[in-house]
Amino acid sequence: MLELTDVHTYYGNIHALKGISLKVDDGEIVTLIGSNGAGKTTTLRTIQGLLRPRSGSIKLDDLELHKLPSHQVAAKGIAQSPEGRMIFPRMSVLENLEMGAYARTDKDGIQQDLERVFGLFPRLKERIKQKGGTLSGGEQQMLAMGRALMARPRILLLDEPSMGLSPILVDLIFDTIVAINKEGTTILLVEQNALMALSIAHRGYVIQTGEIILTDNAAKLQENEMVQKSYLGVE
Amino acid sequence: MGKASKLNIRRIVIAALVLYIVLLLGPIAGFDIPNIAAAIQANPLQLVQFLIIGLANGAIIAIIGLGYTMVYGIIELVNFAHGDVYMIGVFTSLTVLSLTGTLDTDSPGKIILGLILALVIAIAVGAGLNATVERVAYRRLRNSSRLAALISAIGVSFILENTGLIWAAQSWLVPSFGTTGGASQKVFPDLLGKIMAAYGLDVNLLANTGIALRFTIKDLMVMVLAGAMMLALRLFVQNTKMGKAMRATAQNRDAAKMLGIDIDWVISTTFLIGGGLAGAAGLMAGLYNNTAWWFMGFRAGLQSFTAAVLGGIGNITGAMLGGILIGLLASFSDGYLNARWTNAWVFATLVLILLFRPSGLLGEQVGEKA
Repeated sequence: MLELTDVHTYYGNIHALKGISLKVDDGEIVTLIGSNGAGKTTTLRTIQGLLRPRSGSIKLDDLELHKLPSHQVAAKGIAQSPEGRMIFPRMSVLENLEMGAYARTDKDGIQQDLERVFGLFPRLKERIKQKGGTLSGGEQQMLAMGRALMARPRILLLDEPSMGLSPILVDLIFDTIVAINKEGTTILLVEQNALMALSIAHRGYVIQTGEIILTDNAAKLQENEMVQKSYLGVE
Repeated sequence: MGKASKLNIRRIVIAALVLYIVLLLGPIAGFDIPNIAAAIQANPLQLVQFLIIGLANGAIIAIIGLGYTMVYGIIELVNFAHGDVYMIGVFTSLTVLSLTGTLDTDSPGKIILGLILALVIAIAVGAGLNATVERVAYRRLRNSSRLAALISAIGVSFILENTGLIWAAQSWLVPSFGTTGGASQKVFPDLLGKIMAAYGLDVNLLANTGIALRFTIKDLMVMVLAGAMMLALRLFVQNTKMGKAMRATAQNRDAAKMLGIDIDWVISTTFLIGGGLAGAAGLMAGLYNNTAWWFMGFRAGLQSFTAAVLGGIGNITGAMLGGILIGLLASFSDGYLNARWTNAWVFATLVLILLFRPSGLLGEQVGEKA
């Protein structure tokens, strides 16, 4: 469904992505693991159109995403819960969620998805009128994911959803990711917490200094010696 | 401690310096408290009078200040050309009124029609000009240093001021009423007074009430128009899809992009609205103060920018509040101190806010910023 082919992205003169190729099929959870600065967030920002690849292609089915301006990428069914959550601090929880549906016009569908998000994250419903900036870190993560779901995306990009959260909240977030996937949303999950990510993903890619160095199904990656040593902390 | 206390000491030293200069200038600037107290005691109603004048002027300042604050809120640029867009609004209004023959007619119906046309055209020209300035002079600099865009803004300001200077010299566009050259202040005829006179009414709405105050049709017009525009803007920003997109863009531009918001269009709209408000303020100020001058955007810009900073730059409600407060300050300074020093007081206010509360009066309030 989503396919990156030999994508090169630069920050000024810094060659951040050196030919990334990856593929996410319909209904999958695919994870992209790697250490800090490996290019995980850059990959997601490039898919979203916030960064333009210097070469290579990003295709959603037959649509060439890398040729679209960033504000049109969202409308094609790509939504993201970004690194650092990026919620709107001075807008209410409800307004934040409404902004998630900005590219949509189907009022009934939006209302339905609002109920769905509140079903997944009851905490958000309790805080519906509160300003985004006054939420706790875990609630902000829920809001960022909820906002992305409000777009009813074909593929949901999640950037470090576990970052800074307590173990209990991490479990809750990952359970929710599985639930979202079971409801039919394809997911590309970027994580430093490789153990958690591989435990729920179908397939995985390992990225190192802007290059994919390894790809396999999640179970095999968990057994891979290099992955165990570098990312799972197994000695 | 260390760093923080050192900073505080520096602030206090600068504040002391500002206060010293104020005290030094006090006698010249008319800052003579016993004298002022005596004046208030002698004629307490005058205080109310200055309040009315201050509110009306403050409303105009607030309307211009909104343009500063909205643009700053969304791209963190102090649009130095904004005051000059307002000046162009004054000249546009005067030109429309002149070319439509509104200045020469005595028929109140025709004058009102002419004024409505002038308002619409002034808003359109202000909006179009401001959005064009953004497209030409700021958009390409959006990702370069802030100083670059600021200098570009100052350049645009010079261009507009000189446009005003040339414009003012065209007597077929701007009636000269005996004045010569583009540099002189032009008369903006008192059309509201003319309308009232046509109906045999006094300009002062309190003329026959026995109250020794002037509350003129002009005060009323400014307050009603400004109030309506502020209300409309608030409703727009709070409730419409575009208004929400503007707030979202101001709060996190990348997140807004991810959600499918067309940032360029949102920023253009912000400039359109700010420029439209400045254009409307141009007509209002022309009718209120009855002058048109190529350099008037400078003082208006200074006061409105200070108002925006006072209220908390980026905060729409703050700009309205700051505008009213600066209007009152200017009015009381004109009335009780010395009109020549009013700008100095406004500047001193700006310095003190930047020193002690850079976030402004409402700057830390959650939720209102747009």
